[in-house]
Amino acid sequence: MITETLLTWIARFISGVSVRWIDSQPDICQRVYFANHTSHLDVILVWSALPTDVRRLTRPIAAKDYWTSGFIRRHVAKVYNAMLIDRKEIKVHQSPIDLMLREIGNTHSLILFPEGGRRMDEGVGEFKSGLYYLSKKRPELELIPVYINNMNRILPRGEILPVPLLSSVTFGPPIWLEAGEPKTDFLVRAREAVLRLKDR
Amino acid sequence: MVQDWALVGVVLGLLGLATLVGHWLRRQAVFGVDPQVVDTFNARIQAWWFFCLVVAVAFFSPWLTVLLFGLLSFWALREFITLTPSGMGDHRALFWVFFFFTPMQFILVARNNYELYSVMIPVYAFLFIQARVAISGESYRFLERVAKIQCALMVCVYCLSYAPALLYLNFGDDLGKRANARLLFFFITIVLFSELLQFVWGKLQGKHIIAESIDGSRTWEGLLGGAVSTGLLGSTLYWATPFQNWWVSAAMSLLIAVMASAGAMTMAAIKSDRGEVRSGTLIEGHGGVLDRIDAVCFAAPVFFHVTRYFFAT
Repeated sequence: MITETLLTWIARFISGVSVRWIDSQPDICQRVYFANHTSHLDVILVWSALPTDVRRLTRPIAAKDYWTSGFIRRHVAKVYNAMLIDRKEIKVHQSPIDLMLREIGNTHSLILFPEGGRRMDEGVGEFKSGLYYLSKKRPELELIPVYINNMNRILPRGEILPVPLLSSVTFGPPIWLEAGEPKTDFLVRAREAVLRLKDR
Repeated sequence: MVQDWALVGVVLGLLGLATLVGHWLRRQAVFGVDPQVVDTFNARIQAWWFFCLVVAVAFFSPWLTVLLFGLLSFWALREFITLTPSGMGDHRALFWVFFFFTPMQFILVARNNYELYSVMIPVYAFLFIQARVAISGESYRFLERVAKIQCALMVCVYCLSYAPALLYLNFGDDLGKRANARLLFFFITIVLFSELLQFVWGKLQGKHIIAESIDGSRTWEGLLGGAVSTGLLGSTLYWATPFQNWWVSAAMSLLIAVMASAGAMTMAAIKSDRGEVRSGTLIEGHGGVLDRIDAVCFAAPVFFHVTRYFFAT
């Protein structure tokens, strides 16, 4: 609890974040928040941008190899109730999608970064297919696009020390996987939903 | 003591009057003033109330005022750098700007170390930033990137720090330290009212726009009328300042008014170049500190140095 509050305040101070909801409202229904990824603070920012009751039901997805190395990272991952996914050993019989769905049950929401890694610039990379398979198995989940602006300048990839500029986290209107929609079409549409928030 | 209360009373009276006018304007659509302009006007007045509170603290604790100005400066700097694009190679230099030069400047002001704080940013930071960006090994638009960081540091930190530095000028024993607090109060009041008067004059008499592409609402009539009436206001407040005569006080107020509008004009130019791109989504949640302090940033160092040259001992 103390770590959470402390980390949240530090992250907010460093990022000067302002949170906006566009055509969308915070809600405790089951959702998947998917965002562009440019810095290590992204998880904390999106998570702390949610109201407390929503936050309690939301679990960020994080890379197991990164977040289990060292005491501090492990502690932070625990504080944020992160679901650690092994991105190196993805096998058929233990697919991460199944694991995610099993873990969230019928109550929890997810935060994930479908680009798979952090970007160097402010662009948004191609999405990996996880989001598609997730909503194919649970098509009723609301998919909320999230655009994180300016974090690539505050804590760029490869830097340890942040520069306290201002950033914003924008939540957009939900999208769903249409019946019979092809994978590539859906992923392009999801990526555009994030990009559209950039100019709003 | 009497002068302190008299000055505070006059300023509160003027601000109260301005607030009332603002409310009255919002209620009714007189003069065909459009609501957006009235809202801008009201937002400015709100910021001035805040400023007056910050400055009123100076009567009790100078270093607390320095700290508050330091925080303002830090916030303005992050808005400024957010507005201007910077590359990956600038990251380390920016870190130093935020976490070393900015706090150091205000610590030196609070310690009244004029020899250092007047040269630290123009000399040491000026050279350091260039070297640090060069070391990062990114030569793309080098001069442009360096200039942006230097300009941000100069305007938001160096220039603004001269406002609280007024608290440490020495006017001789017979005036005492309270004269400094009154001087800062006088300075802020004159800056704020010069902005207000220019706005009013521009609305009532404005015909010749100074630069359409930068700010369509600033006119030569506004500048002239605002500056002259600010001078008049300043002359009536001379009893609160260390300036001996009413005409000295008027001349200083005129100087402040001209510098204040130069500052507002410069910031408008920066915003009309960059503003549309970024400020929209990033700054809106923060009230725009930069918008409020632009005039103070430009007027403070000039006012400080002129006062120091002619009146301080």
